[in-house]
Amino acid sequence: MLIRRASDLTYADVTPRSVYLDRRNFLRAMGIVGATAVAGNGLFELVSPSQEAFAATKFTGLAKSPLSTTEKQNTFEDVAHYNNFYEFGTDKGDPAKNSKNFNTSSWSVSVEGEVKKPRKFTVDEILKIAPLEERIYRHRCVEAWSIVVPWIGFSFSNLIQLVEPTPKAEFVAFQSYFDPQQMPQAKYAGIDFPYVEGLRMDEAMNPLALLCVGMYGETLPNQDGAPVRMVLPWKYGFKSIKSLVKIKFQQKLPPTTWNRMAPNEYGFYSNVNPSVDHPRWTQSKERRLGEIFKRPTLMFNGYGEQVASLYNGMDLKKNY
Amino acid sequence: MRRILTSKWTKVVVFLLCLVPFFSLVDRSLHNRLGANPVEFLQHATGDWILRFLVFTLAITPLRKLLNQPDLIRFRRMLGLFAFFYACLHFLTYLGPDQSFDLSAMWKDVAKRPFITVGFLGFVLLIPLALTSTTGWIRRLGGKRWQMLHRAVYISAIAGVVHYYWLVKSDVRKPLFYGSLVAILLLWRLGSWISRRRSQAPVRVAAPGISVSS
Repeated sequence: MLIRRASDLTYADVTPRSVYLDRRNFLRAMGIVGATAVAGNGLFELVSPSQEAFAATKFTGLAKSPLSTTEKQNTFEDVAHYNNFYEFGTDKGDPAKNSKNFNTSSWSVSVEGEVKKPRKFTVDEILKIAPLEERIYRHRCVEAWSIVVPWIGFSFSNLIQLVEPTPKAEFVAFQSYFDPQQMPQAKYAGIDFPYVEGLRMDEAMNPLALLCVGMYGETLPNQDGAPVRMVLPWKYGFKSIKSLVKIKFQQKLPPTTWNRMAPNEYGFYSNVNPSVDHPRWTQSKERRLGEIFKRPTLMFNGYGEQVASLYNGMDLKKNY
Repeated sequence: MRRILTSKWTKVVVFLLCLVPFFSLVDRSLHNRLGANPVEFLQHATGDWILRFLVFTLAITPLRKLLNQPDLIRFRRMLGLFAFFYACLHFLTYLGPDQSFDLSAMWKDVAKRPFITVGFLGFVLLIPLALTSTTGWIRRLGGKRWQMLHRAVYISAIAGVVHYYWLVKSDVRKPLFYGSLVAILLLWRLGSWISRRRSQAPVRVAAPGISVSS
């Protein structure tokens, strides 16, 4: 099997897709004319039409992954316009609108803490860590909706091996980018920023844990966590931290944003578990975007074969 | 102003305006413009309109007094019934897409989840009010009893706000917005009730033999 390494690809290697984007903007503007009559908020959009994914780069030569599901994928439109990214606003449509000018150039991810080789990675360097794969995962939000997304990236374990954690590294702490200037809506979100998340070391080493740089064959749109994020398909979506800037290996269990906000509602593990309800709503069912009725939620979001052994002997009702 | 308020055409216009959100949702549904999660869109839109119409309904009495426009009363029943209309749609989006029309599953959910319980309470309380909203029922119950019964709308509005507050994860701005409107409208009533009692108080002192009913 020939797997083309991504080493010949740089993040700045922009294929602008200008024609394609223009067409999309034109169509959207036309749609907004019609919607303005009812919605009344499209006027601003007309004046300055949406220009999303200003540097969307297409990836080529992606390897297929045996971890991919064959379920029907959601559309790019849905995945890029129905987001929880509270730094850019709390309505599902806010992140797409408010992250248009989010500047992700000259990005770096600092890897530090209990590692022999702490270092900063540029996005170009991250792209060269391992061959890029397309991974089609189910993604289950704690709000009981779900999507199927073709992500692009590689197992996070590749990065771990590169920085050589010390025996003291028991947990990995993640931190998102935060800039109140670029994210003025964040002050209304009701949660503290920067957003932080964490994993136990064995969870982070699991092949399913994806360091993600793209979706649908191209770089991540800003609202989906550009330029680099985590994807942890057996956990609720909020564990899959977006727009990563810091990864710290440490001995203590790291604090996590939603757990800090409401510890009775969001645990450290937050594994998808249909038998442990959110105190305010059921987790036994979910609505797949594009469907009307709800479908049953699967234990570990259907990834039990890969991850159930991580939690042997643990009471998942207590460690929710 | 009086002429406008008492005109039969104003009522027709207000009626049509109250239907605009409904037809806008129908139009969006037919043209596939309900976003990535259409069910949620309908749930949130109908939920918003219930709270808005409850606020409109509760605002009628204070506005009548403050603006000295008693004829505003002509619109209160219609606005209240539209709150009920959007509440029915809201309930259907829950019973259908969320509970697959399974009544026993619905009851379990209502019993188990406070956020559903309180929303359901707010809806159920509106049913007797809608049924007894006719002139015939006002006569049958008598003005006083009818008014007592229809004060249930206060509880319904509070339940609606709490339902919304318990739904959101962390950004409570919108539920607090509706909550403050409802609070202002109910506090105004409390204030006017207290001042009415006060103004009756001297009567009590002057003639202790007369019992004053409030």
